Amino acid sequence: MAIEDDVLVIGGGLAGATAALTAAEEGVQVRLVTHKQSTLRHASGLIDVLGYTPAGEGPIVDPFEALADLPEGHPYERVGTEAVREALSFFDEIAGDAYSGGHTASNALVPTHGGTVKPTARYPVSTAAGLASVPEDTLLVGFETLTDFDAPLAASHLEAAGAPFSARGVTLTFPGIVRDDAKINRYAHLLDHEETVQTGAGETSAREALAATVDAHLKDESRVGFPAILGDDHAADVRADLEDALGVDVFEVPMGPPSLPGMRLEDMLYDALGDAGVRVTSGVPVIDYETDGNGAIEHVVVDRHGQEVPYRAEQYVLATGGLVGKGVRSERERVFEPIFDCHIPHAAERYDWFVEDVFGEQPYARFGLVPDRELRPLGEDDDPEFSNLRAVGGVLGGYDYAAEKSGAGVSLATGYVAGERAGTEASR
Amino acid sequence: MSDAEQPTDDHVPGDDEFEPIQVFPEAEEMDLRPGADNCYKCSTCDTNCPVAEVDDEFPGPKFQGPEQWRLKRQDDHDIDDSVMKCSNCMRCDSACPSEVPLSQMHNTARAEYVEENMSKFSREYWRNRMLSNYRQLAPLAATFPRTANFVMGLSVTKWMGEKVLGIAGDRDFPEFAKTTFREWWAKRGGNATSRERAQEARAERGAEVQNEDKRIAYFHGCYSNYNTTEVGKALVRVFEHFGYEVMIPEQACSGTPMFANGMLDDARRAAETNVRELSAAIEDGADIIASCTSCSMSLRQEYPELFDFDGTEDVAENTWEAVEYLRVHEDLEGELEGTQVDDTNFAYHAPCHSRNQGLDGQTMEVMSAIDGVEAEDVGDSCSGISGTYGWKEENYETSMKIGEEMFDHMEDAEATTGLTECPTCSMQMEHGTGYEIQHTLQVLEAALVGTELEEA
Repeated sequence: MAIEDDVLVIGGGLAGATAALTAAEEGVQVRLVTHKQSTLRHASGLIDVLGYTPAGEGPIVDPFEALADLPEGHPYERVGTEAVREALSFFDEIAGDAYSGGHTASNALVPTHGGTVKPTARYPVSTAAGLASVPEDTLLVGFETLTDFDAPLAASHLEAAGAPFSARGVTLTFPGIVRDDAKINRYAHLLDHEETVQTGAGETSAREALAATVDAHLKDESRVGFPAILGDDHAADVRADLEDALGVDVFEVPMGPPSLPGMRLEDMLYDALGDAGVRVTSGVPVIDYETDGNGAIEHVVVDRHGQEVPYRAEQYVLATGGLVGKGVRSERERVFEPIFDCHIPHAAERYDWFVEDVFGEQPYARFGLVPDRELRPLGEDDDPEFSNLRAVGGVLGGYDYAAEKSGAGVSLATGYVAGERAGTEASR
Repeated sequence: MSDAEQPTDDHVPGDDEFEPIQVFPEAEEMDLRPGADNCYKCSTCDTNCPVAEVDDEFPGPKFQGPEQWRLKRQDDHDIDDSVMKCSNCMRCDSACPSEVPLSQMHNTARAEYVEENMSKFSREYWRNRMLSNYRQLAPLAATFPRTANFVMGLSVTKWMGEKVLGIAGDRDFPEFAKTTFREWWAKRGGNATSRERAQEARAERGAEVQNEDKRIAYFHGCYSNYNTTEVGKALVRVFEHFGYEVMIPEQACSGTPMFANGMLDDARRAAETNVRELSAAIEDGADIIASCTSCSMSLRQEYPELFDFDGTEDVAENTWEAVEYLRVHEDLEGELEGTQVDDTNFAYHAPCHSRNQGLDGQTMEVMSAIDGVEAEDVGDSCSGISGTYGWKEENYETSMKIGEEMFDHMEDAEATTGLTECPTCSMQMEHGTGYEIQHTLQVLEAALVGTELEEA
């Protein structure tokens, strides 16, 4: 007997979670099946909509204005500008106070750990005090044991990029960290749980010790930027305590993988899934499917460590990610979608999958499924592969999220549209 | 499987002309190179490691797995002793987005460390051996349960345990049952009684009375046999309720505590017995059912990763967790509708090893089908005990630190009864909160069969 629900979402990243949450709004029973942990754990936690045009122009000031000019087949073109706006409002509702940026249609410029600035539509509240458009002098604090963030280098990059303030970077020792390779959640745990640490001045709490370490280096800057390790479950308290102790604004600089702001976003989404009554099955892959003989998927097959368990629903959403998330895979001879083998257009010759200029227009970056306006993936013959399957997020082709800075926005907008359709159809 | 039944390649079409020639010598150890090469160092595993988050001496799963594996290609590197700090929760496995077999790497590294770098005369070695071979000591305690429970509870015993063996003195030894599950089973009439009861249940349900397909072999593991025998009895009654004939094959420890302590030779011996006995049960038409999620994890994942006895794959492919089996083979939720239980509030903790089998949401879903039952999931943190890990004096503090989040969430929950599928998580939950802890099967038993008086 199959495990039964109305809507089944395959994939647990931003797109899958959004689709599941939207579908659940229609009052149907939704299940989300996710194999390994999602690429949210690599993600900056920023919600970009569109930072640069596909031709590389930008940074774009108003992303919604720029959507109208996107080429046919781009996921945003498929769902339409209005859907992108609605999806962002939906996100704002879920995020509540945890995110900022909803007050304006314009992109914000958030400093990154490399000292560049990234145009983004929404940003975690922990990064809010650091915006590059705000003309306030900035101290960036790095730590000897966190080599991914070179604060002096990032500060000089910011200044060289023409930031309207002076930036200075210092590298300090993080009190309480004893390993050169301590994990980012070790830092977060120390601060979250106010662990006692040893400093030159004796025993003190981790937050106090950190503030004291930084205070000694603070001159007349009015804000201090830390790498994004300031707590996990109690991040807001950690930041507030540091601000009190230092007397200035404190912000986090988003980091590369693994990323706490990405994990906090993941936690936020999964809490929302729980509240919405979405059932989550994690740790196991969907490996196969059966059709009903009339072009619809009857059930999918989940491999639970050797046991092939059928999972049945009325409507299915595929949100397995791109080449990194492994929703799109490649071999020497072909590029393919591993569960349903949906059509992915690509050159027959693999040397045509890339160009030599690393930062050039890479064909592989656009590999993915081609959907119709309902987000049903199309076969080579331009007909939907299945009547009850929609595809969302990174598994879609036709856009280069890394170059455009559009990854999160596409996941939200397509997840929102597909979730709503799937939920509506399943409730009929 | 006998020699005569060895599979041959004869049926493969088109291989008539192909005769493989062995060019390379037979590999003497597992080649984990492709697994190590799959690691692109995203460090997602490290952020899932409950030990690295609180223990400054532990370098995390990425180092213990792919990095140490590469280091070992240089002849002059021993396995780092920090591998013994890994609690074997296996969270890194389901964290890895790139198919690196982390726990397999940890298991082989740990075995190599114990074999080559740990003194066989050390207190640590003997303590670990004793903890991982609890199965060998339990029968003695079970023969004299009252004496054992009395002696184990004495503070002088605990003090000695800590000083002499390095077993955490703050822990309470699990109580030994006065009658083991197997003794109860034998007294009850064994397989024959179960067959009768299953047939009665089928008749009552209006199903075919003779049904060779409705047969399971129960892998009870050590804990349900010697300690929480009520879990084993609940399993029997629930499966019989659905018309299943239960068989109880001969069995050894699943090997989980041995893997975690690098005692791979002990684990191999146990696994050989289990694969032989369980294969025979499969031949008899039974599916293998476990009530402990670490036991099912071991049979399903670790056996095929570490051993290659005849039948290993077969056993892995036919092993199920008990509730999972009922959900897929019966209309469990439908059956539970309209049922009631006395105790209706539970604080549920999903064990790490159930997560790795995709079973973490299952109990919550099943509980919601019983009238009036409110189960609250106490979050996705690890309980911190991880089998034998938290029993070691040097890990006790770390173990309790890891468990802190779960204890807090349990105390915040309305319920004062805990719920989980793992015997050692259950010990930790009880130890940290003082709550009574139940197994999901016990709640199902109460809902479907009612709590009967002790069967004769």
